[in-house]
Amino acid sequence: MASKRASFEGALEALGVTVSSTTKSELEAAVTQAITEPAVGTALGETVGNEAFSLTETPVTVDPTPVALREATTGVTGAELGVGDYGSLVLSMTEEASELVSLFVERHVAVLHEEDIQPDMDAAVAELDERFNETGGSAIIATGPSATADMGALVKGAHGPREVHVIVVEGGA
Amino acid sequence: MATADELRELMRTEGAAVAENTQGFNTGRYDSVADLADYEDLKQAARSIKEDAIADLPDLLDQLTDTVEANGGTVYIADDAADANEYIRDVVDERAADRVVKSKSMTSEEIEVNEALEADGVDVVETDLGEWVLQVADEAPSHIVAPAIHKSRESIADLFNERFDPDEPLETAEELTRFAREKLGEQIIDAEVGITGANFVTADTGTMALVTSEGNARKTVAATDTHVAVAGVEKVIPTVGDLHPFIELIGRSGTGQDITSYVSLLTPPVDTPVVDFTDDETPLSAFDADRDFHLVLIDNGRLEMRDDEHLRETLYCIRCSACSNSCANFQSVGGHAFGGETYSGGIATGWEAGIEGLDVAEEFNDLCTGCTRCVNACPVGIDIPWINTVVRDRINRDKDAPGEWLVDGLTPDEEDDGAPLQKRFFGNFETVAKLGSATAPVSNWLAETTLARRSMDRILGIDPRRDLPTFERETLVDWAAARDSRVDDPERRAVLYPDLYTNHVQVDRGKAAVKVLESLGVDVVVPPAPSSGRAPLSQGMVATATDHAERVTETLSPHIEDGRDVVVIEPSDHAMFTREYERLLDEAAFTDIAENSYEVFEYVFGLLDNGASVDSLSTVEGAEIAYHSHCQQRTLGLEAHTVAVLEDCGYDVVTSDVECCGMAGSFGYKSDYYELSMDVGDRLRTQLRDDGVQERPVVASGTSCLEQIDALLERQPRHPIELLAT
Repeated sequence: MASKRASFEGALEALGVTVSSTTKSELEAAVTQAITEPAVGTALGETVGNEAFSLTETPVTVDPTPVALREATTGVTGAELGVGDYGSLVLSMTEEASELVSLFVERHVAVLHEEDIQPDMDAAVAELDERFNETGGSAIIATGPSATADMGALVKGAHGPREVHVIVVEGGA
Repeated sequence: MATADELRELMRTEGAAVAENTQGFNTGRYDSVADLADYEDLKQAARSIKEDAIADLPDLLDQLTDTVEANGGTVYIADDAADANEYIRDVVDERAADRVVKSKSMTSEEIEVNEALEADGVDVVETDLGEWVLQVADEAPSHIVAPAIHKSRESIADLFNERFDPDEPLETAEELTRFAREKLGEQIIDAEVGITGANFVTADTGTMALVTSEGNARKTVAATDTHVAVAGVEKVIPTVGDLHPFIELIGRSGTGQDITSYVSLLTPPVDTPVVDFTDDETPLSAFDADRDFHLVLIDNGRLEMRDDEHLRETLYCIRCSACSNSCANFQSVGGHAFGGETYSGGIATGWEAGIEGLDVAEEFNDLCTGCTRCVNACPVGIDIPWINTVVRDRINRDKDAPGEWLVDGLTPDEEDDGAPLQKRFFGNFETVAKLGSATAPVSNWLAETTLARRSMDRILGIDPRRDLPTFERETLVDWAAARDSRVDDPERRAVLYPDLYTNHVQVDRGKAAVKVLESLGVDVVVPPAPSSGRAPLSQGMVATATDHAERVTETLSPHIEDGRDVVVIEPSDHAMFTREYERLLDEAAFTDIAENSYEVFEYVFGLLDNGASVDSLSTVEGAEIAYHSHCQQRTLGLEAHTVAVLEDCGYDVVTSDVECCGMAGSFGYKSDYYELSMDVGDRLRTQLRDDGVQERPVVASGTSCLEQIDALLERQPRHPIELLAT
């Protein structure tokens, strides 16, 4: 576990993605610290395995309107998996519009359970293979902020977020 | 085919931006794949997934159709571009869409769907920033992954400032990106239909993988309610698990990123709600995910390519652009010259020949020199030079033969009487060389007369700015025949292959090789032997090359049976024996010659490694030298042997790292390509003139490289074997 986490965090650092860690009980404080307001989000119950983590005690507007989404600077969502060797996040696409919340913002804050860090891409794809074959579904393997080199130099922040922050939630589910 | 004038103009206007970008990608590739411990295993896995998928294609298409339809989508298999466009126009029409947003897709470029939709009055907006720049500029992509690499930041700024007249003129890449993001962002949320490509589609779950960096493909899908994915039929692979090697390889092989920002794995229709972006009352989750999905799979010649034993490999291509970025000629001219209707780079010859036809492939196929630098770069191991050779052969045969009077005596091989005269001249250079030696020095004087050079330029397209090879009256074979072996109790016995140039032109390096081998205890014979067939092969004269291959093996086989190793000085001929002959000979004949052939320094390295003493050679103490290896030699992993032996002999060696010297056999002699050849060579010249290098004597392994370096530098280069002879 320690080495997976270390390689994951090392890869995130190389990508310019900031990381903080917290426990379940401190999660809302960690989220509050990680966001730049105005912030919107999706409920994190599924990610953290506890419905209590609804972000109601944070400045985050959960389940915002489309206009609020467009006006927001930060979007908070869960991440299904982390990929140790690449620093990638596997983002699922929920009916709560997690895809929109993680995409139409300047800053994406992803909340990931430590246990969901996979050692490498091979393991992560094997997980997805299993899930897709059992229940269907879609996912984004997101690695760092959106970027483009089409304008003559590498620029972070193309159509998607220009900043990504990961909150690793420690402790058993 | 692009003329010298057209190539010169492209190099002037686009060359600098193309060179900087492609070389950056190429360097990134080397760095990025070096971090993968299991790089070769991943390539092998990717290759076999594609091989199997193309073999099983009809079944996989059936399975995929069932899966997508069970998921609630629709699959349409289009015979050709018109068929695909008609279907897509119907979908857009039925949705009553005013605007279609697109993420980057080469297949959609192939069918020209934008034009088809625009004719119906639909506003089609490219959302990939590079594609959008080209849409605004009304230009064609110059690269399959980064379509606007031919444009500098300055030229994009000028374009935007002129077209959109912003309050503050745009200047930096940051400002240009932000401007485009805002402009396109408004159009994306207002569109009804999103068109994407698909890098891979899995038959088991109907999942498509989209490899992107900007996030525009995600937005194109999420913000519209009707998703049309356009992909060639070859994109289907069996399972989600099969995506793994491709996810690891595609970014590294192409632009040198370990992975792109986003790999979307979509099993449409997706669950993301379709929202009204102007609504400020309804929460996101209260919107329905009422989505339509259409997967349009395009044949457009691909199923015929599948049945074509030489073009089939093209279908394994994952469009990563490694073959473009690793190509020395592409680095100079980009896809506007080295490309067809849609695709560019080495693999484009296969795509354009299969999709558009030989006439389109002919427009750029000459720009592949067969240097093979793309071969190891390709993540699915496609033999791209071979595809180019086969297509060149077909183009040759497609043409009317030139007048017989021109051909008599010059090109005696009847098998390839379709090839144009210039190709036949270079392809049958053996005849010229034999005649040249037999009549030297008169042949050399005559060839250098102004009148002769003018005729060569006019009739054969040989550029008068090139020095011609000087033929030696006494060939290496003659020299060897007139002397006795100097080794009494040999450690090993070898046959030194007298390649065309060593035998007729650079005879000294042949003599040096004999002496070096003898001083290491090897008994050496140098029998007369036919030329390897490299020259005709590079002109696309496959039948002639095959004839050479057969005659070479007939000549060398008795020596191999007799226990002799085959030692080859010229790397391009060694590569013929160990690589290209696999295509030309039966398996047993190929294995026999391939397994017993050694590049001369590979052989010396082996001798030293097995106990021969370096003291038998001419050694130095720390003398500085610069070494340029040969493209095909490097592809075979044989640069290191020369460096190691030179270091053993006491040299301080620096090596060049350009992909090719630019000469590439006859390429640099041709009037149409002389300036391109020199532009490629300029990168080598720059390296050889670097601080700490410019005073060093230069050695190079390949004949063409030696000719090119001789033209590029004041210093006259030599073959490294000449340093070792006592």
